[in-house]
Amino acid sequence: MYYQLILFIALVSVGFVFGRHAEQKHFKSILQREQSYAALLTFSMRFPPPELEIRDSALVAGNVVISVDYFKRIAAGLRSFFGGRVAVYESLIERARREAILRMKEAAMAQGASMIINVKLETASISKGAEGQVGAVEVYAYGTALVTPDTPAFTEVVLNQ
Amino acid sequence: MIVSNIEIIPGRTVSKHLGMVQGNTVRAKHAGKDIMAGFKNIFGGELKSYTELLQEAREEAVARMLEQAKAIGANAVLNVRFSTSSIAAGAAELFAYGTAVILADEA
Repeated sequence: MYYQLILFIALVSVGFVFGRHAEQKHFKSILQREQSYAALLTFSMRFPPPELEIRDSALVAGNVVISVDYFKRIAAGLRSFFGGRVAVYESLIERARREAILRMKEAAMAQGASMIINVKLETASISKGAEGQVGAVEVYAYGTALVTPDTPAFTEVVLNQ
Repeated sequence: MIVSNIEIIPGRTVSKHLGMVQGNTVRAKHAGKDIMAGFKNIFGGELKSYTELLQEAREEAVARMLEQAKAIGANAVLNVRFSTSSIAAGAAELFAYGTAVILADEA
């Protein structure tokens, strides 16, 4: 009985410490990359601006799977008892979404693109966090990368940063 | 074969619509990966093996879609959409669909 309680407390604290560390590190890296890729614009519009001269287009995508940690799982469990915002999961999904968009941008830059249009985001929960199952969220971002005549100079600027 | 998720290809015109094509694949994670993922579930962080698995599965779904498009003589698939659903615990279906078209030669 005591043994189980100690194990539980240990798992929660390990999840809290490592999970928070991983999240902070991840957010830092996301912010940094978002700044350096800021010049590559993404749009959810379906069509490119009519005056834009387009040389080429390509389907680009990025995905990421992010796991919950033990602390988040317990905190969310408590939350679902009392009701209200589940802040621990909000930050988890936000991280996944921003990461997926960044990876899509990286793929677009590899194509030498200067913008991505018609961006779609798809979220899937893996195993729905069922008991004894892996709890994780996947985000998939995809869109059409457009290569315009002024692109090469732009890509160089971003990649040299 | 051109694949795009918008309805047009800049500078090209569609000469014929051939209807919808689709490709899917169902993947299950293997046990070793699942154990590693179980550990990650305590510590949090990215599940790289799952990221790769799902990416590969999606590529497979797209490849099947393109195969179908090729069989009906298309040279491009437009307005491509992706969809994911978990059918059973431990298995996921990745689905890609789009409209197969024949593009006229470049003007």
